[in-house]
Amino acid sequence: MSINLVLRNVLRSRLPILSLTRVRLLHEDIHDRSQNFPSPTMAGFTEKLDFIAHNAYDGIPIYRVCNRKGQVIVPGGDPGIDKDELIRMYKSMTLLNTMDKILYESQRQGRISFYMTNYGEEATHVGSASALDPQDIVYGQYRETGVLLHRGQTLDGLMNQCYSNQLDFGKGKQMPVHYGNKDLNFVTISSPLATQMPQAVGTAYAFKRAKNGLVVICYFGEGAASEGDAHAAFNFAATLDCPIIFFCRNNGYAISTPAEEQFRSDGVAPRGPAYGISTIRVDGNDLFAVYNATKEARNTAVSENRPVLIEAMTYRIGHHSTSDDSSAYRSVDEVRYWDVKDHPITRFSLYLKDKGLWDDDTEKKWGQDARQQVLKAFARAEKELKPSIKEMFTDVYDDIPPHLQSQMKEMESHLELYKEHYPIKNYAK
Amino acid sequence: MASILARLPSRLSLVSRPGARTIAHFKYHPDQPITDKGQLEKMTMLQSITSALDISLEKDASTCIFGEDVAFGGVFRCTVGLQDKYGKDRVFNTPLCEQGIVGFGIGMAVAGSKAIAEIQFGDYIFPAFDQIVNEAAKYRYRSGNLFDCGSLTIRATWGAVGHGGLYHSQSPEAYFAHTPGLKIVIPRSPTKAKGLLRSCVNDENPCIFFEPKILYRSASEEVPVEDYSIPIGKAEVVKKGSDITLIGWGTQVHVLLEVATMVQEKLGVSCEVIDLFSILPWDKETVFESVVKTGRCLIAHEAPITGGFGAELAASITENCFLNLESPIQRICGYDTPFPLIFEPFYLPDKWRCLEGIKKAINY
Repeated sequence: MSINLVLRNVLRSRLPILSLTRVRLLHEDIHDRSQNFPSPTMAGFTEKLDFIAHNAYDGIPIYRVCNRKGQVIVPGGDPGIDKDELIRMYKSMTLLNTMDKILYESQRQGRISFYMTNYGEEATHVGSASALDPQDIVYGQYRETGVLLHRGQTLDGLMNQCYSNQLDFGKGKQMPVHYGNKDLNFVTISSPLATQMPQAVGTAYAFKRAKNGLVVICYFGEGAASEGDAHAAFNFAATLDCPIIFFCRNNGYAISTPAEEQFRSDGVAPRGPAYGISTIRVDGNDLFAVYNATKEARNTAVSENRPVLIEAMTYRIGHHSTSDDSSAYRSVDEVRYWDVKDHPITRFSLYLKDKGLWDDDTEKKWGQDARQQVLKAFARAEKELKPSIKEMFTDVYDDIPPHLQSQMKEMESHLELYKEHYPIKNYAK
Repeated sequence: MASILARLPSRLSLVSRPGARTIAHFKYHPDQPITDKGQLEKMTMLQSITSALDISLEKDASTCIFGEDVAFGGVFRCTVGLQDKYGKDRVFNTPLCEQGIVGFGIGMAVAGSKAIAEIQFGDYIFPAFDQIVNEAAKYRYRSGNLFDCGSLTIRATWGAVGHGGLYHSQSPEAYFAHTPGLKIVIPRSPTKAKGLLRSCVNDENPCIFFEPKILYRSASEEVPVEDYSIPIGKAEVVKKGSDITLIGWGTQVHVLLEVATMVQEKLGVSCEVIDLFSILPWDKETVFESVVKTGRCLIAHEAPITGGFGAELAASITENCFLNLESPIQRICGYDTPFPLIFEPFYLPDKWRCLEGIKKAINY
C-alpha cells in the first residue's frame, strides 16, 4: 500500500507538471479527460514531449526488520510470535538444511536420480508459511520445500517421493522434489515454469466465490517471472480481483543466467503497481520481514479480494540442481559471502540466542537429532519397493479407458515373455 | 431458457449469412430428434450450446463461464443472456490472453469448481498449448490423483467457415489427440452439441469441445429443452451401408452423408457413414466392426493430411481389420498447406473429392 503511494508520488514528481495558469486554461480539457478515453487513467494532458525515463524513479526499498546480527532494528517490527512457534520455525529451517545436505550427497552417490537444495532461501519458505492459515492453498515452483515441511510434511513423505517408492504420494511418476500433499494444501509441483501462476489465480477466484476466507499463495523465481504465464497471472489476478499472494524468490540467478540478463527493470517488484497490484520488496534472509509482509499481504488479500506481490531478495547459495555446477558461471567468493555473512539461518539463530531461547548446547543436540531423523527416514525410503508397474497406466484419466486397458494387458504379456530383461523384482506386485 | 433464445440477435457473427457465399460445401442433414427427453424446441447449434451452458450454470452453483467477450453474449452469441441470468461473477470476460484463460480454468477446477473456458477461435488455442498439454492433461497423473482438473471444459470454435483464411478456419484436433489425459469432442448437430457438451462439463477429465462454427446458424433442428447427455467415446453409425465405411466428424459428416446418397444413386454403392464425435478416446469397436463388414474405408477431415487424425485411424484399422480390407484406406483431407482464403473451395475435402476417393476404393 505505502509502496504503491511511494511509487506513484515518485512517478508524479518526475512527470512534467503544468503551471497553474495553464491548468486553468486547460481546465476544460482536463475536466473531461476521463470521458475522452475509455481506458481508465488518472492522467491529465501535457503539452510537453517528454518520455518517462527508464530510471525515472528510485528502486523499491527492501523492507527489513533485523540486521545481520539478528537484532530487531525496527521499533515494533518484532512480530511477537510465541516461543513454541519460533522454535518450530528454526527447526523447520535447519531440518530442511540437514535434509538438503543428505539428499544432495545421496544424489552424488547415485542413490536418487535428481535433487534441488534450498540453501539460503529457508527464511522465505518458513517465514511465509508461518504467516499463512494452514488451509490456504500453496502453489509452488520447486524450491519451496520448507513451506511443506513447516506445514507438517513428514520426512518420510519427502524421502518416499525422492525415491519414487510405493509409498510416494505421487506414485513414483514425477522426478524428485516434485512434492504435493492434499492434506497440507500444497498443490503438486510440476517442472514447466510459471504454469502454476495463472492456475493459482483461478483457485483464488474459486475461493473468493466460495467466501471461505482463504487465500492462495503462489511462489516463483525471478527467472520464471519472465514467462508469459507470469504476465497472464498478474493481469488476471488484478482484473478479476483475486485473493492471492504472489511470492517471488529473487535469488539472483535462473540456472546460469544472472538477473541482469533476465530483466532491465528494478527487479520484479515494479511490475506489481503496473498491473494494479499492491507490492512490497523484502529482505528474504530476514525471517521476520518475510513473516510480517506475508501476514499483512494475507490480510489485504482476504479482506479486500485483491492480489499482493511480495518480492523477497535472497541468494541461491547452492547449485541450481544436482545437474548443475554453478562454479562455471559465478565465483566461489560470491557464494561464500552469502553463506558466511548473510545467511537466514545464522541470522535467526542469533536472534533466538539473544532472546535466551536457544544456545550452543541445544543447537548441538538438535543438530544430531535432525541428522538422525533424516538418516532414518532415508534408510526406510531406500528399502521400499517401487510402486506396482500397473500404476504406469492409472490416473491418466479418472478411470482406465479401453485403449489403455488393452495397452496394460499388452505390457503384462510382454513382461511375461521377457521378464529377465526388466527390473521387475524392484517393483511391488 | 426461452427468454434467452428470444434475445438472440442475428448479427455480429463471422459465420456466412445467406448470400454471403453462393455455394456451401455441404448440405446440412438434420439429426434424428431425441424423443424421450420431453419437450422439443427448434434450435440452431449456437442456441443448443447456449441451452447446455444455461443448464450447466443452473445445475451446479460452482460453474463459471469465462473467456474473451463472453459477458455480452460472445462473438458467436453462444453465451447471450447468461450473465444477466447468473451474475457477473459466474459469466465474465477475461483479459485477452489464452494461456491465462486455460491456466485460470485449471486453477478453478483444482479448487473443485466447474470451469467452462472459451477460446474464441480454435486457431488461437496454441498460446494455451502448454497449459493444456503439460498441465491440464497431466494433472491427475503426475500428482498420483491427489489433485486433478477434471471439471475443466475448454470450448473453442473450429473448422472451415467459407472465408476464414488461415486463422479462423483451423481444425487442431490432431495436435491434442497426441496427448494422453485429454478428451476431445466435436459435434455435428445442435442435438449432439448439447448432449455432448453436457457430458464434457460433467466428465471427470479435462475436455476440449470443438464447435464447428459454420454450423452455429446453418444447422437447425428440434432439440430437447431439458437436460440430456450423449456419452463421450462412442461413435454413431449415422447411415447403415454395406460396401464402404466413411468416417468423419463435425461438418464433414454432412459432406459424407451427401456423398453417400450420390454414390448410391449414381453408382449403386452402399455407404456406411460413421460420425466419430470423440477424437480421444475414440470408439475403436464401432469403427472396426463397420470396416470388418464393408471391407473398405474412407476417412475425411478438413485438417491437413500429414499427421492428421485420419492417419491414426488408418493405421489402427489396418492393424485390426487387415484380413477384411479389400482396398487401401482412402484419406481425403485438407492439403498440407496453411488454410488458404481465396482457394478454400479447392482446399476442402468436399463431396467431389470424397466421391473420387470412394470410386478409387470400390474400383481397386
